[in-house]
Formats: sequence, structure tokens, C-alpha cells
Amino acid sequence: MRVHLFSTCLVDTFFPETGEAVVKLLRHFGAEIHYPKGQTCCGKPPDSAGYAKYARDAAKQFLTVFEGTDPIVVPSGSCASMIKNHYPRMFDDDPSMREKAEQAAARTFELSQFLVHRLAAHEADLSSRGKITYHSSCQLARELGVKREPLLLLESLRGAEFVEMPNFDRCCGFGGTFMGKLPEISMAMADDKAEAIVATQADTVTGCDHGCLMNIRDALRRRGANVQVKHMADLLAEGL
Amino acid sequence: MSTLRDRMDFRQNAADAVKDASLRRTMRTATDVFATMRTRGLNSLPIDTWRDEASAIRQTILDDLLAYLDQFTAAATKAGAVVHRARDAESARETIFHILKDRGVRKIVKSKSMVTEEIELNPYLEHRGMSVVETDLGEYIVQLAGEPPSHILAPALHMNRKQVGRLFAEKLGVEYSEDPEVLTRIARDVLRKEFLAADAGISGANLAVAETGSLVIFTNEGNGRMVTTLPKLHVAVFTIEKLIPSLRELPTFIRLLPRSATGQPLSSYMSVVTGTRKAEETCGAQELHIVLLDNGRTGILAGEYREILKCIRCSACINVCPVYRVIGGHAYGSTYPGPMGIVLTNLLEGIDKSHPLLDASTLCGACVDVCPVRVPLTDLIRRLRERRVTEGLTPMAERAEMAAFGLVAGSPALFDFAQRVSRLSWPLLEMLSGPGTLERLPRPVKDTFRRRMS
Repeated sequence: MRVHLFSTCLVDTFFPETGEAVVKLLRHFGAEIHYPKGQTCCGKPPDSAGYAKYARDAAKQFLTVFEGTDPIVVPSGSCASMIKNHYPRMFDDDPSMREKAEQAAARTFELSQFLVHRLAAHEADLSSRGKITYHSSCQLARELGVKREPLLLLESLRGAEFVEMPNFDRCCGFGGTFMGKLPEISMAMADDKAEAIVATQADTVTGCDHGCLMNIRDALRRRGANVQVKHMADLLAEGL
Repeated sequence: MSTLRDRMDFRQNAADAVKDASLRRTMRTATDVFATMRTRGLNSLPIDTWRDEASAIRQTILDDLLAYLDQFTAAATKAGAVVHRARDAESARETIFHILKDRGVRKIVKSKSMVTEEIELNPYLEHRGMSVVETDLGEYIVQLAGEPPSHILAPALHMNRKQVGRLFAEKLGVEYSEDPEVLTRIARDVLRKEFLAADAGISGANLAVAETGSLVIFTNEGNGRMVTTLPKLHVAVFTIEKLIPSLRELPTFIRLLPRSATGQPLSSYMSVVTGTRKAEETCGAQELHIVLLDNGRTGILAGEYREILKCIRCSACINVCPVYRVIGGHAYGSTYPGPMGIVLTNLLEGIDKSHPLLDASTLCGACVDVCPVRVPLTDLIRRLRERRVTEGLTPMAERAEMAAFGLVAGSPALFDFAQRVSRLSWPLLEMLSGPGTLERLPRPVKDTFRRRMS
């Protein structure tokens, strides 16, 4: 199976190892990876901030670069939801672009979604260790409806114990531009998230969005808590 | 204790609120209790079907509001009420004042009404020599404290029982107690005398029924029933979009409103007031005036954000909002806080006077998940942010950043270049962005993923 990989700007710029973990995982399950060179960012930051024009610029670039029929895999719920749920409405006034957007939306999968539904990775014999807890990111769970898939993957890990954190689906306070505009609120929300994580006594917290994970890592650091923060792709790839 | 804040200083208000440890504790407990009660109350019920029904009913009203208003007016008049129309806050205040003054009213009891907060009715009447007593316990507490409500349903949510105990001791001259039961009894004794002495009752309405001209009021304390039936004169004020077509649609809202608010299958009291006291009846006001207030609703109805008018003020979106949870209601500096408040305030008060509130959402969507009438709150907030941009209300620096972003996102070569530049200038960017922003992020790497893949 051929797969188009959209690495997302956060993975590209800050976490290239996660990109490599995604490649390793997908290849392990038999996918052939195509990484379109012209990719940039999905356009979520300007879209959320109200700069529709610049979000459209990003979307146009994406839609040009990711033409075709192969599935598009995205290691972020937030970016995947941008493509699946928001691209089509951005081109309400442009029928040909709207059609392109709808086609891309139909081919787009968030990583855990793809791993479970297309590659049955939760039935493979992956392993990990220690106690692992999971932060359910907002667009992933609420906009894409991806709630069970990450849990199926985590619960399938041999040698590791999954523990649910209190209010696992409450926003961590990242919110893209939100963290820069209202840092005091953002940090207070992240502190609450860190408290919930620490309460589980987990060694590792994982999630499917590096945006949230950066924010959570910072809150855990401020708290002096010794908990590893790992993207789902990194966690799973380690256990191959 | 907080007082009314200027919403244009939202970031500062929020930063102050976050630092208030006692407020943080109170808010965490209170919102968690609300959320737990709601989840428990909705367990294993066909909630999504009910939400679809409620949303469709409210949409029907919005699609034909003028006709439903005429129908309501005719039915209410036939039942013995006098129906007034008020275009704005000023005309509503004047109308109400003249109704009261013409009948020599001096003492008024009120049941909870956010619309009277919106039009600042109490100070208007008080300045004109009338005494106005709030009879909802939470509302009574904030009235004693001289504060605005911090929540549309639980006005004193931001206060803990120790603070209420001190307030009662100071204002009512009673012995300090922090036992909620004792405090409630104290308020009850005071309010009982007020009910019996009042010349008029002022209420809002949770819903109004077009076919019968009835007002529907949900309360947990029974004060709504006392306000609307004990005094000879009852004045009800609510905004024009509160209608439902007929009593046949009421059960949908009886199921949803209390459950969405507090998880209760039904609030302790629900009153349906249709007109004045009839000859054979033993209770009810002898005179009923209904003030139908527009105050910007017709304008909202004609615009692209009209879905906010489906809102039934249950407060579910506020209770689950993670931003509200850490700052409380006063930081918003508006009558209506939380997600519905962000949208409504910008539409009612003007985006130029309210837009900092648009930032008070991570667009996490917890509100959308719970809204009983399916208002697309995050979508409305995002679209209002678009309007803020087109109206030129965002800072120059942000506009420049976003324009640069557009350029870079449209060109892979520029994107690669921008990654390198940002890595090299990161320490400077951290400094420029101020504390608590970029310094919380890792630094961009040299061997980006795109480079590794090429």
C-alpha cells in the first residue's frame, strides 16, 4: 500500500525523530511511503486566528502537493482535522477547489486512525514498558471522533500498563496561537493537566499531537515531575 | 473580591484571576461538580436525539420569529397580560419604571434574570427610589456583595462558603457561620419578609410559549413562583428569541434544560404562567406586564451569527469550558461569560468593544459537545475572529506575522528558509515574544524532517 506522508510543520521543525518513527512504523506494517517535497503547513494557525486568506494559501499549497488517490497520513489530530473538517468549507466560493478539498479530506487519516483501521497495528505484537497514560487531544477526539483508536493501540502493548488520567480529554491549554496570546491561562490549564498526569503515577504520558505534548512537557518541567513525554509514533516505534 | 472588569483588559483580568489561589480552588471544585452532575444526569439517555429535536425547534422559531412573536402577543393579551415591546435597554428600563411608578410601587422582589443584568435594571430602579431585592440565593449573595453575577445560573459560583459567611455577618449583622444550611436559612428568613412586603415582582423567563402566551420559569428554590404569584403586580422581561411554538414542544426542553445545567432530571420547580389570575383561581398576579426586549436580537437574527440565538442559557458550555474553569466569570467583564458569552457579547456590545474575549477559547470544542441546542460555538468564535481581522482590530505585528506565514506556507523554498532563520534567531524571538510564550517551546532543529527525507 502506498501512503502519502504529511509530516506537519511541528514534526518537521521541532521533532524530526517523530517523523522517522512514523516512517518506521508505516514501513513495518507494509506501507510504501511517499513524502511530497512541496509540503509546508496545513494552515491551522492563521485559520484559528481569523486570517482566512493566509489559511487558504496554505491549503492551496497542500492540495496541489497532495494530489492523487493514495491515503494521506498525518501524525497530528489537529492538522488531520484541519484537512478533513475545515478545508472543504474554506473553498465555499470556489467549486473546483472545494472538490479537490473534499477529495483530499476523504483520503486523510490521523496516524492512530490509520494504524488501527488500515493496518490493524493494535493486533500486532508491539511492546513497551512501565506505566503509560494518555492525553486525548481536542480536535482528534471531538472533531475527528478518534477516541478508541489510541486506546486500542496502548492497551495492546505487551509489557506496559495503561492507566487513564482524570479528565483525560480536557484541553491542555495549548490551543496553537492561544498559548502565545493568553500565556497565563494557558499555563494554568497545563498545570492542571500536569497534576492529572502526576496523579496517575505513570512513567510516560503519550498523545497524538506534538502541540499539546510540548505544552504538557513544559508544565511537567515547571512542576519538576519526572514523567517522559512521548508522541504515540515514538512510543509505538520503540516497541517494534 | 472581584468587581466589574473592563473586557478590553481581558488578558490582565485573566492573569489576575489565575493568580487568585482561592478563586482557582473554588472554580475547580464548582465546575467539576457541575460537569460530574451533568454526566451523571445524562447517563444512558438518548441525549443526542433530544438535542436534535431541541435544535430544530429553536431553528423553527428563528426562521419565523416575527410571526411567532405576533402569535405570542395575541395569546398573552387574551390571557390578560399587557405586552410591551422594547427596542433597547433604555426603552425597556423606562417601560418597566413607568409601569411600577404609575402603580406606586416602592418595594420589588426579583427572581433571577440575566436580561435584567444586561439592561442594568436594578441600579436604574434604585436610583429612582425603589428597593429591589434579588430572591435567588446566589443572586442575593452577589447583590449583598455589590458584585455582578459570575455565572449565568449560579451567580455566586466564584465565592466559597467562608466568604459568604463573612458577607452575611457583615451585611446582615448575623453570627458568622460557614454552614450552607445555616446560611440558607438566614437568607430564607430575610427573603420571606421581603416577599410578603413587596408591591411587585419582576421575573425573566426561561422560555415563552407562542401558542398560549405562557411564560415558563425553572427554579430550584421556589422563589420564581413566589415572585410571580405573591405580589399583585408581575412584570416579566425577556428577549424576543426565547419562544417555543407550543406546549407540545415544552417536554423537550423540560428534559434538556435542567439536565444540561445541573444534571437534574427536573428542577425543583417549574412554573408555567399564563396571563393573570382568573376569577376561580386563588393565586397569581392580578396584573401582568410582559416586556419583550429586542436589544440587538433582530440585528443578530439578520446576520451570519444568528445560531447563537438558539441558546437557552443552560450554562453547560460555561461549566465545561476549560478557560472559564481557570479564570471564573468576572474576568470576562461581560454579563455573559464562557463560550456563549464570548459570542453574544461581541454581537450585542460590538466587536470593537469586546474582541479580546474572542481569544478566550482554545477552540477545544468541549462546549459544542454539550450544547443542548447544537449552537456551533467554536465555529462562531472562529468566524468572529475573521471579522475582527477584516475590521482591522488585530495588532500590526500579528498582521505582519500572519502575512509572512501565508507567504511561507505557499512556498516550500521559503518554508525551508524560514525554518533556518527561526532556528538562528530563536533566542531573539523568545525575547520578543515575552515570558510564557516561545520560551515554553523547544528550539527548532537544524536537520529538519524535510531535509532528512530529501
